[in-house]
Amino acid sequence: MAQSLAKEFTKGLWAEIPPFRLVLGLCPVLAVTKTVENGLGMGIATTFVLVFSNLLVSLLRNVIPSKVRIACYIVIIATFVTIVELVMQAYTYPLFLKLGIFIPLIVVNCIVLGRAEAFASKNSPVMSVADGMGIGIGFTLSLAALGAVREILGAGTITIWGGNSVFDMATSFPGFNPFTFMVEAPGAFVALGLMLAIMNLIGEK
Amino acid sequence: MEYFEIFIAGVFINNILLAQFLGNCPFLGTSKKMETAVGMAMAVIFVLVMAGMITWIVDTYLLKALDVEYLRTVSFILVIASLVQFVEMFLKKSIPGLYAGLGIFLPLITTNCAVMGACLLNISNEYSFLGALVSSFSYAVGFGLALILFAGVRERINLARVPKPLQDTSIALVTAGVIALTFMSFKGMV
Repeated sequence: MAQSLAKEFTKGLWAEIPPFRLVLGLCPVLAVTKTVENGLGMGIATTFVLVFSNLLVSLLRNVIPSKVRIACYIVIIATFVTIVELVMQAYTYPLFLKLGIFIPLIVVNCIVLGRAEAFASKNSPVMSVADGMGIGIGFTLSLAALGAVREILGAGTITIWGGNSVFDMATSFPGFNPFTFMVEAPGAFVALGLMLAIMNLIGEK
Repeated sequence: MEYFEIFIAGVFINNILLAQFLGNCPFLGTSKKMETAVGMAMAVIFVLVMAGMITWIVDTYLLKALDVEYLRTVSFILVIASLVQFVEMFLKKSIPGLYAGLGIFLPLITTNCAVMGACLLNISNEYSFLGALVSSFSYAVGFGLALILFAGVRERINLARVPKPLQDTSIALVTAGVIALTFMSFKGMV
């Protein structure tokens, strides 16, 4: 039991890490990873929705008729998204403004619905929570990693939580010129594509 | 003139796929063949225009009137999901030709964030009803344009020799980046 629990949890961190292995939910991945902070915020919000929607879907898996299950899942997910939206609006307002419409759009993030349909609807609540946590944390790490690549190359610094600069390219590498392309729209596609290629290269060995 | 500007901005400058990053899953998923790309583009134009109108009405006369705007996320997704279901049933009965063409793409649209995203953008931009209609249509046309262009490029890439780690999704994303770069040159047009 404990072993399979750990397996469900860790698969989200490498073997099925979204969005690299599981190419789903790309919109927030591309749109909010201009900075590490945005990526982390989006990742944590998605993780919350994933864990709780997985839990509720799993608890109700014997009650929901299979014909209307997708509609039921969407309502469950939308409820948790609304909770996240209101909480973020109340406590992390600047981040709420930066993420904008991508917070309500967690509803249509295919990862969340995908886990509900593929995992939570067939497994026990404990397993489903482990699965949600694993996939959620994997997703958060990917977003933060992509955010870091884009922010370092595009802006030259990493700034998190209220303007504290934790890393500055200009001090480590004098003469570094920010590569503004990376924080623009095309940079997101190219950075993700190349990171995917690196993951493939590592995975092959 | 105002609507013309909304239209041009929606198709080129704020292209929903390449500048706003909405609807990227079907963008990568259905662009391997030109045929499927055209089918998806048509289905999105059809559903997005209808969803844009209906969600605007729901938002203005129901949510704002009753002062329950926090239910926007839940109600919009329900409107879209039931609309897609309804459109599917309607087409199957009355226009079987179109249904056969759009067929499998219709259910996929429920989780297409381009539809939900465009509806939310209409509200946050505070468009009038006509403005919302024009902008929904322009976003949908922009989606179709980008998708069909991308499918054309991808068909050519299939014939090229791509390094192994870069194959499939990876090279597709890099290509999308290059197309996004060309779309960036439309900035400042309106």
